[in-house]
Parts: sequence; structure tokens; C-alpha cells
Amino acid sequence: MNMQASQTRTAAETALIDTFTARLPALPGDASVTAKRKEAVAALRARGLPNRKIEAWHYTDLRRLLTAIPAFDARNEAKPVAPLLGGSAVLPILNGKAGRAAAIEGVTVVTAAEKLADGSFAPALQPATDDDAVGAINAALAADGWFLDVAPGAAPADPIELQSVQAGGQAHTRLAAHVGEGAKATVVERHVGTGDALVSSVANIVVGEGAELRWLIVQEQPGGATHLGQFNAWIGRNAKLTVFVMNLGGKLVRQEIRVDAKGEGGEFTLRGVNLLAGSTHCDVTMVLDHSAFGTNSTEVIRNIVTDRAEGAFQGQIRVKQQAQKTDAKMACNTLLLSDEGGFSVKPELEIFADDVACGHGATVAEIDRNSLFYLMARGIDEKTARGLLVKAFLAEVIEELEDEAIVEALEAKLDGWFAEHG
Amino acid sequence: MLEIRNLHARIAETGTEIIRGLNLTVKSGEVAAIMGPNGSGKSTLSYVLAGREDYEVTEGEILYNGESILDLDPAERAAKGIFLAFQYPMEIPGVATMEFLKVAVNSQRKARGEEPLKVPEFLKRVREACASLSIDMAMLKRPLNVGFSGGEKKRAEILQMKLLEPKLCVLDETDSGLDIDALKIVADGVNALRSPERAIVVITHYQRLLQYIVPDSVHVLYKGQVVKSGDKDLALELEANGYAGVIEEAA
Ligand SMILES: Nc1ncnc2c1ncn2[C@@H]1O[C@H](COP(=O)(O)OP(=O)(O)OP(=O)(O)O)[C@@H](O)[C@H]1O
Ligand SMILES: [Mg+2]
Repeated sequence: MNMQASQTRTAAETALIDTFTARLPALPGDASVTAKRKEAVAALRARGLPNRKIEAWHYTDLRRLLTAIPAFDARNEAKPVAPLLGGSAVLPILNGKAGRAAAIEGVTVVTAAEKLADGSFAPALQPATDDDAVGAINAALAADGWFLDVAPGAAPADPIELQSVQAGGQAHTRLAAHVGEGAKATVVERHVGTGDALVSSVANIVVGEGAELRWLIVQEQPGGATHLGQFNAWIGRNAKLTVFVMNLGGKLVRQEIRVDAKGEGGEFTLRGVNLLAGSTHCDVTMVLDHSAFGTNSTEVIRNIVTDRAEGAFQGQIRVKQQAQKTDAKMACNTLLLSDEGGFSVKPELEIFADDVACGHGATVAEIDRNSLFYLMARGIDEKTARGLLVKAFLAEVIEELEDEAIVEALEAKLDGWFAEHG
Repeated sequence: MLEIRNLHARIAETGTEIIRGLNLTVKSGEVAAIMGPNGSGKSTLSYVLAGREDYEVTEGEILYNGESILDLDPAERAAKGIFLAFQYPMEIPGVATMEFLKVAVNSQRKARGEEPLKVPEFLKRVREACASLSIDMAMLKRPLNVGFSGGEKKRAEILQMKLLEPKLCVLDETDSGLDIDALKIVADGVNALRSPERAIVVITHYQRLLQYIVPDSVHVLYKGQVVKSGDKDLALELEANGYAGVIEEAA
């Protein structure tokens, strides 16, 4: 029996359970979906939210940190914003409800509400583990979102933006994509809003044989928001998945990335930049399985921490016995701009194959004084020089995306953040 | 233009004194050469002039156009026209060279109350400067100094100097690492900047550079002091006989 069962319920736990009771009649789902929802809530009742004694939540004591749960309000008016990348096909999710979808060649688009109503999303509502609080909260309350079916060989010309906009309140979003054999696509998962919302968002992605998917998660919610994100993906034979995560906002942020490279020759690339200011707490947790022969991955996370912000990156790489010739490299670098902020890194390699190359490295540093002197010696004032160096530190990772429009859009986000917090 | 009086400076972290009562005057329009054995404090002097925080001035004065610059930070000194061409220019990943040049030029203009340069005018100046230094413009797309060869770094320093048009130029071993043709190109670049309103301090180990950039004065630095000063013939004498004689004489 879990220790927490005997603890008194926190206000947030009570509010989540009450939200479920109140919302259930209005939530889409057949009997199988409703059963999954009830299981998830029963687990929450029994175990409560995870605290720091649960290993996966060691750096983010959700029980302590999740304090206020804003009420769901169907009348909240969330207005769509311009897409990150010009020319994108936008699929909006406004106050948790799918809006009008743009037509996209080669892609079939269905709302998550429909997929829940007909029960086809039921299996996906199963939380990944007993400690999967994000999966459980989302399973209980998910109301809408999008399912994308990219036809084999399709290569939509324009990026697709899944745009979640929240004006306070609560939203629980489900996203899913099936990228067919040999297809190629770029998807932006965007989280923006006004007001202090609670958002959970779970995405389940299957990348088919030989397909190439680029998935950008751009989380720029207001400073009081709570964001619980989860990205699950399965990479097929010779397929390529690139995930780019950018966290620029929110008060309490947990972004989980669970990937299984399960087809031979599959490739996974993770790049992340976290810009943490104020009293933000941001946790990026990755669990990566190399389950097949000759799968490669690289992970690079770069963080800027200022004010009293706190961050964490947990990166777990598990190489199965059959996954010989795996090559995995992970790095996490942090620039600490204030004495009060902090960043924790926990790399974990579990290797059961003998012919593999795996490595990881982590650094926490301040701005390099020598570089700063060099720039200032050319007449660049200290503030500007610091800004240049900080931006350079992040831009290195962004520029690896090698797509001019994407690099430009993401660097513009950096500039915006520095203008506000620099 | 530059007057250094009884300067004492030490490494901030350890307190080790490197500059020990140094006196030096360089007039407007003058080209002064500083020579001296390895470790005598030449680079340290250049850093102290530029305002590097790692060094602490404990005594003495540095007057630039009659005013003390000791309280100014490196950016303020640069905006006043002091430029140091580094012995070992730093590599700065992620900052594109071209972007850096633009920010540097416009930061200095701003500090002097001038309008920023319009992009076409800026590019024109960069193109001209690159042409005169045989620098391929493609190099400027790369991150600042990252992966530049030794000679490319030195040329990039002179490119910056040309664009920033400083009043007091300090060149720390700009000749080291340059091939014979590059030495000539760089020397021509420096000579082109010679003017009555400008002073140039050339730190070097070799007479060869001084054949191209003929100095008005030569100073020998030893253990943090100027132990001997003379005209260009002093460099020839050092080249022929080494430092031993000069050092003994001073002791
Ligand atoms: N930050 C520092 N920490 C420790 N020692 C230092 C530091 N800076 C300078 N020094 C020491 O001070 C002395 C003078 O160094 P400096 O680089 O100024 O010599 P230099 O005359 O430029 O020599 P070179 O001709 O080899 O370039 C040397 O002994 C050097 O090791
Ligand atoms: Mg030196």
C-alpha cells in the first residue's frame, strides 16, 4: 500500500476529484472510455498526487507544488493567435475544445471528442505506469483535441499547428498522430493563453516505417499557469523523429517525453530549450527505450535560469538486450544567471546490450567571463553582451533544426523572452 | 594621448603583482613598439588598458587624452576609442561574426550619440575592409573566431579595428601566426590607419613586423616595468644581441 493513501487529501486533489464528478456527464466517451476515466480517478483517490518520494517525481513534488486548481468554465473565451510558422495549417483547441480544422492534403483530421465518443481512444487512456499522474489526470478529464492520420507517402507542404489556447480555467487535451509509411510532416504543438490555467495535454504518436516527423512543442503560457504535458511516441523501422521542446512560460511545468525506438534503424533526436524566470518550476522528464538493433538517438537540453526559477531534466535511456549497435548521446547544459535559481539534472543509462555507444554529460555554468570581456572590449555594453552570449548558447541548439523559417520563428521567441526577462 | 604613470597591477584572484611601476607615454600620431621577453607583462598591460576585470590596479594612473580611465568598464573604454587586438582572440560559439560586427559598430556609435549605420552602408564598409585584408566574406557567417585558423583570427581582429576606427590601437603580437603574405597585408592595414589623431602600440617579438610598421619609439618591458626606451634602432639592437644586455643595464 502506498504511503500517501493515509495522508489527508490536499485541496488540489479534492478539486481534481470534484472536477471529475461535475464534468463526467459532459465528457465524451463510450462505456470503455468511461471505465478508463473511472479507473484513473480511483487511482488518484487511492494514491493521491505523487510527491518527491516517488522517484519519477523527485524534482517535482506535484503534491506540494500543485496548489490551486482553477475551475473549469465552458464560457471562457480563448482567441486563436497567429501560428508560429507562417502558412501553417492551424487546428485550434480553444478552452479545451477543438475548433474548425484547416484542410490538409494527405492528412485525415478527426477531433479527439469523436475518437473518445466512439471508444477508439480508450486504450490510449491507460496511464503508462502507476506513477503516471499526467496520464491519469488527462485520462480522467480529456475532453477534446485532434487526431491526425498522415497517409503513407504524404508530405504536406505546410507545417501543421495544433494550437491550444487557454483563457484561465482548465483544459485537458488529447492529441494523436499516425504518420504513415514514408510520410514526412512538421507539427507544432503550441500552448498559449491568458490567465492562470491548468492544462494537461497528452500526445500519442506513431511514426511509421521510413517516415520523418518533426514535432515542436512550444509552451508559452502565462506566468501563473500549470502545464502538464506528455508526449509518447513509437518510432518504426528506419523512421526519424525529431522533437524540439521550448518552454518559455508557466509557473509549474512538467513535460514528459516517452519514446520507444522500436523499429530497426530508427532515429530519435531531442532538442530542448528551457527559459526559466520568476518563480517558475519546470521539469522535463524523458524516458527513451532503444528496443531494436541499430537505433540512434541524441538529446541536447539547454537551460537559462534566472530569478528564483527552478528546473530539472531527468533523462533515462534504456537499451534493451536486442538493441545492439545503439548509439545514444545525451547532454544537458545550464546557464545560471542568478544565485537564487537552480537546475537539477539526472541522467540514467540502463544498458542491457553489450555492443553500444552511450554517453551523457551535464554542465551548469555562469556566463563565460572571457567571452564577456571580449565583446565588451569591442564597445558592446554589458547588458547587450550578456544577452548576446545567452542567446548564442540557446541558438546553437535551435540552429540545428536547419530550417530557416523555424529557426527564425524560435529565435524571435527568444528575443521576446529576453525583452521581458533579460 | 596615452600616459601611464607608475602603474602597479596585480592578478585579482591571487594578488600576484605583474605590472610593477610602469611608465609609458605615447603621443597622438605616434607608433610605439613594445618588446620584451616572454612573461614580462606585455599582454597584461594590454588587458589592463582595455579594462579586464581579472586585473586590479593598485597604484598609479592611466590617462587617456588627459583623463583617467581606471573607473571605466571595457565597453566604455572601447567607445572612447581604445582598441585591443588580442594575442589570442576568443572563440564565441553561437554569435555570428557579421551580427557581432554590426552590434559592436552600432553600440559604439550609440555610446557616442551617433545614429546606427544603415545596413547597406554597414555592408559596404565591411566589404571594403574585407577586400583590403583578403578576407572572404563567407567567413563572417561563421560564429565569431570559431574554427578560424590562427592567421584568420588575427586578420579578423584587424578587420574589427578598421570598422571601429579607434583612436588608440593596441596590437598584441598580431604578427604571430601570420604567413609572410598575411603579415604584409596586416601591416598595410595598420599603416593605413596611421594618422596624426591616432596612436598605435605594437607589441611584438620580431623586428620583421617593425620593418613594415616602422615605429617612432621602442620600449623594452621587463618584469612589469619599461626598462629601456629608444627609437627604431633599439629594435635592431635587440634583434642582434637579445635582451641580456638591456636587462643587465637596467639592474
Ligand atoms: N590570470 C593570470 N593568472 C596567473 N598568472 C598570470 C595571469 N595573467 C598573467 N599571468 C602571469 O603574468 C606574467 C605576465 O604574463 P603576460 O601574458 O602579460 O606576458 P607577456 O609579456 O605577454 O608574454 P608573451 O611574450 O609570452 O606573450 C606571466 O608570468 C603570466 O604567467
Ligand atoms: Mg603576451
